[in-house]
Amino acid sequence: MTVAANPIGQAITWINDPLNWTNPGGMLDRLGEHLTISALAVALGCLVAWPLGLWLGHLGRGGGLVVLVSNATLAIPTLALLTILPVVFASGFGKTPVVVALAVFAVPPLLANAYIGVRQVDPEARDAARGMGLSSAQLLRRVELPLAVPYLAAGFRTAAVQVIATAALASFVNGGGLGQIIRTGFGIGIAAGGGQIVAGGVLVAGLALLAEVVLGGVERLVTPKPLRRGRRRPGRPRAADATGSA
Amino acid sequence: MSFRLSYRADPGNPWFSWQYVRDNSDTILAAVREHASLTGRAVLIAVLIALPLSVLAYWVRPLAGPILAVSGVVYTIPSLALFAFIAPYLGTGTTTVLVGLVLYALLLIVRNVVAGLNQVPPEVREAAEGMGYGRWGRLFRIDLPLALPGIVTGVRLATVSTVALVTVGVLVGHGGLGQLIFAGFQNNLYKAEIMTAALLCVALAVVLDLLLILVARLVTPWSTRRAR
Repeated sequence: MTVAANPIGQAITWINDPLNWTNPGGMLDRLGEHLTISALAVALGCLVAWPLGLWLGHLGRGGGLVVLVSNATLAIPTLALLTILPVVFASGFGKTPVVVALAVFAVPPLLANAYIGVRQVDPEARDAARGMGLSSAQLLRRVELPLAVPYLAAGFRTAAVQVIATAALASFVNGGGLGQIIRTGFGIGIAAGGGQIVAGGVLVAGLALLAEVVLGGVERLVTPKPLRRGRRRPGRPRAADATGSA
Repeated sequence: MSFRLSYRADPGNPWFSWQYVRDNSDTILAAVREHASLTGRAVLIAVLIALPLSVLAYWVRPLAGPILAVSGVVYTIPSLALFAFIAPYLGTGTTTVLVGLVLYALLLIVRNVVAGLNQVPPEVREAAEGMGYGRWGRLFRIDLPLALPGIVTGVRLATVSTVALVTVGVLVGHGGLGQLIFAGFQNNLYKAEIMTAALLCVALAVVLDLLLILVARLVTPWSTRRAR
């Protein structure tokens, strides 16, 4: 067990070295990779989960399926999925398998919130829309979808933060991203790379927290004012919280 | 613990291979045992810390906000980053992995226990006070038993996600089945090893979850009686 002398001091030194920013594989490169991978994964997750969740919610069926999917992905180890998918895509390493693996972890919160978002629409609003002569598709597009937007936003936030957090593990499979900085540090050994390990940790955690704050603001913006209070009461975790982080 | 790998010169690289499981049963069993023990220890320690913390948040209202806020923020920190913060101080080993796992499990449990305690109806609380229960008597005889469903939900969530999280520990020392997954990845993508370990992980999570459901049934007999 070797322990670095002063990891925090080393980390500050490491972060202040301009070469560590601009070198190939430096912080800027890794940040770009991290954001690209995460954005693609969340986009892919949305493409799959939102139509499915909205449609199931519209039909009012498949609640059991949604819960099952959410619970099942909780148990799948991230590392396993990240290592299995490069094998499935015979193309080997690179971004595609990592993006797909991360998208799998984005689906549960997106799906659950899309489903709940449509289900929570006031049945009276639905009846009124039907009475006005709206067809089933129009009902979904003009009434249920707009009313579900706050839930979609909440799901998006949970999914995006989770994907950004999980993308750090892409470094296990040489997928790049900020996690690579931590992994390189461990590669050098804790005595020599302690500063780099902590610095990488600060970057990864900072990015996740920043995403949480920014998307929290976005979520607030798209939530109609009367609904804002009460949703965040402490001790009442959102449904999406049931899907753990990695 | 070192995980030896026997690699037969089989033609191809099958997804499932009994040959692999049979040849490496010692290694696999050791990994499962380590995985289960890490999970069990982490959840147990987390419960022991989380319960007093939740009761504190329940009794001292001004503390509830900060405790939940801090746990929310820490929960946002990626596991790899958390391990990166701990490792330079504790070195790479079981302690580092355990500390990380306990922290995550702790947050999930605290959130659910506080929610469970807050759900105790005020009438019940007042009735208990009227019957002469003191603070501690009420806690143990009324509040905690009524919050048991919330507590159990928290422990179940924490257990399942800890099982999945243990694999990440491979980077900072011990990863249980993660050790096999990672070894398989480095060993030219040895599919049978990766798949076996992944499936065992999921199976372990399911088994532990079922065990907890069973325990929950036993400690809250009234909930099943009401459902009938």
